[in-house]
Amino acid sequence: MPRLVSISDASGWTERLKDAAGVALIALLLGIPMIGLTTADQGGALEVLTRWPLLGAFVAVVFCGRLLLRYLLDLLKRRRQTRERQQGEVTAVTMKRVWLDGRVLSAIGWLVLGVALVLPVVFSDNRYVVDIATTVLIYVMLGWGLNVVVGLAGLLDMGHAAFYAVGAYAYALLATRFGWGFWEALPVAGLIATVFGLAIGWPSLRLRGDYLAIVTLGFGEIIRVVLVNWTDFSGGPNGISQIPRPNFFGLPFSPSGDRPTFASFFGLEFSPMHRIIFLYYVILMLSLLTNALVARLRRLPIGRAWEAMREDEIACKALGMDVTKIKLSAFALGAMLGGVAGVFFAARQGFISPESFTFNESAIILAIVVLGGMGSQLGVVLASLVLVLIPEIGRDFSEYRMLLFGTAMILIMIWRPAGILSHREPTLRHAAAGGEHA
Amino acid sequence: MMLQLTGVHAHYGHIHALRGLDLSVQVGEVVTLIGANGAGKSTLLMSLFGQPRVSAGSIVFDGEDITRLPTHVIARRDISLVPEGRRIFPRMTVMENLLMGAVMADPDNLEVDLKRMYALFPILEERLEQRAGTLSGGEQQMLAIARALMARPKLLLLDEPSLGLAPLYIKKIFQTLRELNQDHGVTILLVEQNAHHALRVAHRGYVLQHGQIVMTGSGRDLLASAEVRAAYLEGGQGEKRS
Repeated sequence: MPRLVSISDASGWTERLKDAAGVALIALLLGIPMIGLTTADQGGALEVLTRWPLLGAFVAVVFCGRLLLRYLLDLLKRRRQTRERQQGEVTAVTMKRVWLDGRVLSAIGWLVLGVALVLPVVFSDNRYVVDIATTVLIYVMLGWGLNVVVGLAGLLDMGHAAFYAVGAYAYALLATRFGWGFWEALPVAGLIATVFGLAIGWPSLRLRGDYLAIVTLGFGEIIRVVLVNWTDFSGGPNGISQIPRPNFFGLPFSPSGDRPTFASFFGLEFSPMHRIIFLYYVILMLSLLTNALVARLRRLPIGRAWEAMREDEIACKALGMDVTKIKLSAFALGAMLGGVAGVFFAARQGFISPESFTFNESAIILAIVVLGGMGSQLGVVLASLVLVLIPEIGRDFSEYRMLLFGTAMILIMIWRPAGILSHREPTLRHAAAGGEHA
Repeated sequence: MMLQLTGVHAHYGHIHALRGLDLSVQVGEVVTLIGANGAGKSTLLMSLFGQPRVSAGSIVFDGEDITRLPTHVIARRDISLVPEGRRIFPRMTVMENLLMGAVMADPDNLEVDLKRMYALFPILEERLEQRAGTLSGGEQQMLAIARALMARPKLLLLDEPSLGLAPLYIKKIFQTLRELNQDHGVTILLVEQNAHHALRVAHRGYVLQHGQIVMTGSGRDLLASAEVRAAYLEGGQGEKRS
């Protein structure tokens, strides 16, 4: 066995060297015009200068970097293979690992929840942190909504921002035109988003996989383009401003006036942070409700039907399931959750425009679900953290921040091709086999 | 009469897959349909479920004309299919797969039916919490059969249950089919390439060629027939590929 490994190792190095040389060659070809040649201002006229040493260094870095990357990848792969082989031999060990994984995961979940609950208390005078945390939670909620559609039901929806927009505009219009409050508008806007989900889902859910992705992408754009062009209705590209903010059970967050305010009612000094923290807790509560709802549904027959459909649609039909209805239910639920997140977004920003609901937004939500590990609730939280925080941290690097963002995504997909958390918790444990786990 | 097909035609696009087919299954029978690749065996089973929908002819199940019913409605009658290639739900546990089989059944029967499946396939009870995709091929086939039985079908359709299985598992599967028929009164329509095993377990058999029934008779007669032996049993060099 050791000899076998050493032989494959030696051939591995020739392979890696060849591979690195190939990549270095491409770097050289690309580098000649981009790095090797440069223009400089010499006495008023532009002149072409060469920078061969820099090009040489660039190619060398690419060569070494590629070599190192390949080596690390192979190392990871070999380690995974040996682990899998061991697992295959000893089923009992596998069982234990899975169980351990479940325990560790739920511990991480509780930890994240604890941090989320105390965060605004600890950072009560740091508006930046609470704002970022609120943004993370909006994406968590959007991710959880889309997770039902993509992660559980396996329907590739690339236009989720459409429902986010419907929710946001529904609240904005209800509030600015009819004077509705946040809490009355929340369920109604959710319902409107559901109706849109059904209307879009009905014709498109006959399609599968990539075709469905294209159609949903198209519907997402249609809704945005309508919002841009239907100026009388949606304000067009100028959007809708002065959307009322949510209040605390009738108490507004404002400097003291004639009516009692949040600050005066509780005998506090007015601080703009009150509203920021309140908003944070509102989205935290909405997210937790979402999580509870989805977790509960997943354990019911309908949730299992979603997952079964993701696994094998034909088998589902043969078992007597009405696949269209099951798909529609998942799509409508995802749309509703997206709509509710949209209501919150509009109320928090106070201003919305079609700019906020571009394809880019759908892509980020989808990336959160895929990166998190399709179907994993905790994975969505971790992926939202990564995807919101990396561009924030990257602010110091200004123009390199999207580069950093891209690199992080590639690294995650190499490291965990099935997402950060690909572990799937069974929806039920049978008494006979599950007693010892409880 | 459990199942009666009369003059059934079916198309896959431009391909005329079934050409005027008559077939019947009596209550309590095991009937097998043998034939080469592309003869139309799987098409026949799938067209019972309306996929593809038959272009002519009628299908009557248990006294009801099901020719034009939607797929999932047909599947809610007392008729279950074990599809070709097993089609279990690989990322879900064995238990969850069994529950999916009972998704349209009366929940009060669940515990009893699960116990019945454990008795039929003890290996499944040992693997309840294992992901179905990690089972061996034979175990997956047992799971597929158990999943179909969870709906308490009167008629069980099986599409090539022995495909790609080790001989030991093939034996076990056919034994189970016989047991299901004799002890549990399940009527079975079995599509097989493995003609030898299929004809031994079946009361009657049909031989399908180019979308038409070319021969029919008792399992024993067909097994003894020179033509069947030449074409389907002895690695036959005779006329078969279509």
